[in-house]
Amino acid sequence: MAYPYTHEKEVRLLSRGWGDPAARTLAGARAMGGYEGLAKALELGREKVIEEVKASGLRGRGGAGFPTGMKWSFMPKEKRGPHYLCCNADESEPGTFKDRELLRWTPHQLIEGCLIAAYAIQAEHAYLYCRGEFFEANQVLARAVAEAYEAGLAGEKILGSGITIDLTVHQGAGAYICGEETALMNSLEGRRGLPRVKPPFPAAAGLFNRPTTINNVETLCAVPHIIKNGGAWYRQWGSEKSPGTKLFCVSGHVVRPGNYELPLGFPLQELIYDVCGGFREGRRLKAVIPGGSSVPIMSEAECLDCSLDYEGVAAKGSMLGCASVIVMDDSTNIVKQVRRMVDFYAHESCGQCTPCREGTTWLSRILVRIETGRGTEEDLQTLLDLGKQMTGTTICVLSDSAAAPVASSIQKFRDDYLALIRQGEAVGAA
Amino acid sequence: MDAPKPQAVTLTIDEREVTVPKGTTILRAAESIGIEIPRYCYHPGLSSPAQCRICLVEVVGAPKLAASCVTEAMEGQQVRTQSEPALEMRRGVLEFYLANHPLDCPICDQSGECKLQDYVHAEGREHGRSREPKRVFGRDDFGGDVLFYGDRCVMCTRCVRFMNEMAQDPRLAVVERGNRSIIDTFFDEGVEGSPYSGNIVDICPVGALVSKDFLHKARAWDLEHTPSVCPNCSQGCNIEIHTRDNLVQRLKPRDNPEVNQYWMCDYGRARYEWLNRGDRIEAPLIRTGERDARAAASWEEAIRAAAAELGGAEGPVRAVASAFVSNEALVALATLVEALGGGEIVFRSPRTVGEIPLPGFEKLARREDLAPNREGAEALGMKRVGTNDATGGLESLAAHAGKLVVLGDELEDAGPEFGAEAAAYLYLGSYPTEGAGRAKVVLPITTFAEEEGSFTNHARIVQRYEPALQAPGMARPAATVLEALRAALGTPAGALAGRRGS
Ligand SMILES: Cc1cc2nc3c(=O)[nH]c(=O)nc-3n(C[C@H](O)[C@H](O)[C@H](O)COP(=O)(O)O)c2cc1C
Ligand code: SF4
Ligand code: SF4
Ligand code: SF4
Ligand code: FES
Repeated sequence: MAYPYTHEKEVRLLSRGWGDPAARTLAGARAMGGYEGLAKALELGREKVIEEVKASGLRGRGGAGFPTGMKWSFMPKEKRGPHYLCCNADESEPGTFKDRELLRWTPHQLIEGCLIAAYAIQAEHAYLYCRGEFFEANQVLARAVAEAYEAGLAGEKILGSGITIDLTVHQGAGAYICGEETALMNSLEGRRGLPRVKPPFPAAAGLFNRPTTINNVETLCAVPHIIKNGGAWYRQWGSEKSPGTKLFCVSGHVVRPGNYELPLGFPLQELIYDVCGGFREGRRLKAVIPGGSSVPIMSEAECLDCSLDYEGVAAKGSMLGCASVIVMDDSTNIVKQVRRMVDFYAHESCGQCTPCREGTTWLSRILVRIETGRGTEEDLQTLLDLGKQMTGTTICVLSDSAAAPVASSIQKFRDDYLALIRQGEAVGAA
Repeated sequence: MDAPKPQAVTLTIDEREVTVPKGTTILRAAESIGIEIPRYCYHPGLSSPAQCRICLVEVVGAPKLAASCVTEAMEGQQVRTQSEPALEMRRGVLEFYLANHPLDCPICDQSGECKLQDYVHAEGREHGRSREPKRVFGRDDFGGDVLFYGDRCVMCTRCVRFMNEMAQDPRLAVVERGNRSIIDTFFDEGVEGSPYSGNIVDICPVGALVSKDFLHKARAWDLEHTPSVCPNCSQGCNIEIHTRDNLVQRLKPRDNPEVNQYWMCDYGRARYEWLNRGDRIEAPLIRTGERDARAAASWEEAIRAAAAELGGAEGPVRAVASAFVSNEALVALATLVEALGGGEIVFRSPRTVGEIPLPGFEKLARREDLAPNREGAEALGMKRVGTNDATGGLESLAAHAGKLVVLGDELEDAGPEFGAEAAAYLYLGSYPTEGAGRAKVVLPITTFAEEEGSFTNHARIVQRYEPALQAPGMARPAATVLEALRAALGTPAGALAGRRGS
């Protein structure tokens, strides 16, 4: 197949059409069973659709892993006005590049997922908030939406039913924070992309102050398959608490980086050494960030018998997040990598919360000092203290995300920090 | 349908039990029992974005600290504002502020009433740990009376929210993101011409927004604060007069949920210079010769002379009052006129065209009536005469042949022959004026800022004010002077009792 990276251990459920230009079209999507799930959903009725998603155990793929069926069931049963669905296609977590592929290769799979979800939560309008920099994905998605309207799959009376569901593709303007669900809603409303204080939660008062559900692209893409084949069927992969398949975006120093769709619970070792081909000659594993840049870093020892599901990674003190596995070999300067990630958060902090607005930049500046040989051992304690003050004290978790790699890297790679500090001291003394 | 019953919740805050209506935030509940939780972004008159994060408190059993400004008080909750986790996080937030805040307190206008200084002093760390150079934003002229010192801003967004929510004239915004965030104006004119923009200076918790008028004038701790009422229109905004060296330095709004909430208009705020005028009538004056020849006298002599003049004269009595004097003075004048046999009392007061409401609290408007006590005068049956710039209307009085009493009106348009025909002419005022030239006795009275008294506002709310300045020379409150005069005339007090408040 044309798609660059594949492996026989993959279970290509969501990624089945990747690399095949035909999959982008309605006809191609239909040839692969597309929109059968939607038809079945309309037959089943809302309650059963939600039950089936609950039964599948599907957990949100946007990072937090919250059970999708349960999230849908938080929407008010009784309707007093419009409900909304937002598809979070703003993917910008460093190390994450899976939603983009779903958008540009299998847009109809996503549209179908959106329609089923909108139907289930009684939304008459689904907004697809797509990262603006995804030029190709935006074009592909826009074409697919037009096709869906033409074919009577979206808009008024979908598939001849009495149900109306509109789809709107909205292009983001390049702010990471707009991926945070409440900032996304503000942005859709035409305001600054600032996270909102919760409560109220979106299911009570979301977009335009109406009940709203926000789901990630990958989450919604799994839905048509679950509805078509049943929740129990989906559980043939993964573990009791983390069922199904997952797209792993592997980046960093492995020989074959890329997107791999694997059952949840897949061993990290196997992913690195078998699926991704291990390291370049003479190099060995140093560290892994398993869930995108916002989760604690793992040492080599912690990677040994780590299974890639929500519980398995948590047991190692980190988080599966959106399963963006960043692999670093022993040529890596951890301080530099961490500083780069912190720079990213400092740049992207929306600036509302003091600990985040001031803390992210401060962390970065201390890290720069250490990196350039002007740090002291005291700085390490300051970094840890600042990280603690930035965790659990803000409106959204961007602040926590910036602190996580700093704290964990100091705990696990203290020697890297100390080496730079000693070097600097030596130069200073000379 | 029944009205929803107000439900109450009982909780403990720092071991003290408190019962508050359901929906009250922890911050307000704490405040109700005298516990102040630090805050920057929270302001009772604005929405709560819960972004400064300095109001964090510990709620026993909760996984995270709670932002008390938006967290509802719950039944049975135990809140700790002084526990180690709460104090540690607040110390942390303060440390974050100080990472970039320039400690230019010695030159900062807010020095002495700065919430950053206060909180750091109360519970901050002893030493800041930031070794990095501070961020530099510089200054900006925000238009109107407002200057912006970007480096001192703590990004509480109160100013932005005031312009959006109360003024409903969104001329300020946060631009940029993260650490680069800064408050800015959309256009060159900034807040120029937005009639309530002075309030953003009041609500800025630090010295980031300062008043050009007040800049470098005085240190906050050198100012005396006196509760008062704005004398510049009939709204009667509750204010504080801030004085130093017996001069008014500025006017600031004082909370009154009914009248002006937390706000006042720029028009009222800017008009205090007249209270600092140096050209005052400082002693009672008795005319000695035909025209302007006058001699200073003691109060005793002056009252005696005035009583003799009025008591001995023939003809009906007529009086001119002012809508800028207190209810007490107006009542005393009416009583005196009654005692002299009764007669018409008129007043003149300036009016402008159109009211300027505050869109977010429309009960507050800069009123058309620019005098603070027109209601008070009218309630006593006094009649407004003249034009909207407070001139004219006194033609029939100018040549009145009976007894004539003028209280407070400066008679700017009256000319030196005013009262020339009067059998007795008594003038009570604060400033020297040509129109008093023919008066037999001139009595110096205090301005509202130098006395205790009350005004009745446009909605008939009677509001008291207190003396903020020492009166110059021998000036005394008009009410006292008129009472003394009435007593000297030998008429009983309370002659007007039946007419009061009608
Ligand atoms: C700073 C920040 C950025 C985020 N960015 C994304 C994103 O780009 N895409 C995404 O799906 N979720 C993102 N999330 C998570 C969303 O807030 C939300 O949890 C998710 O979209 C819910 O979808 P799910 O239940 O299907 O996982 C972000 C969260 C935070 C705090
Ligand atoms: S934590 Fe950071 S990004 Fe999130 S709302 Fe606060 S300032 Fe904005
Ligand atoms: S200028 Fe003052 S009121 Fe405005 S955001 Fe800054 S600190 Fe707050
Ligand atoms: S509205 Fe009237 S009373 Fe209030 S501040 Fe302005 S002038 Fe003074
Ligand atoms: S006062 Fe509560 S967060 Fe600012």
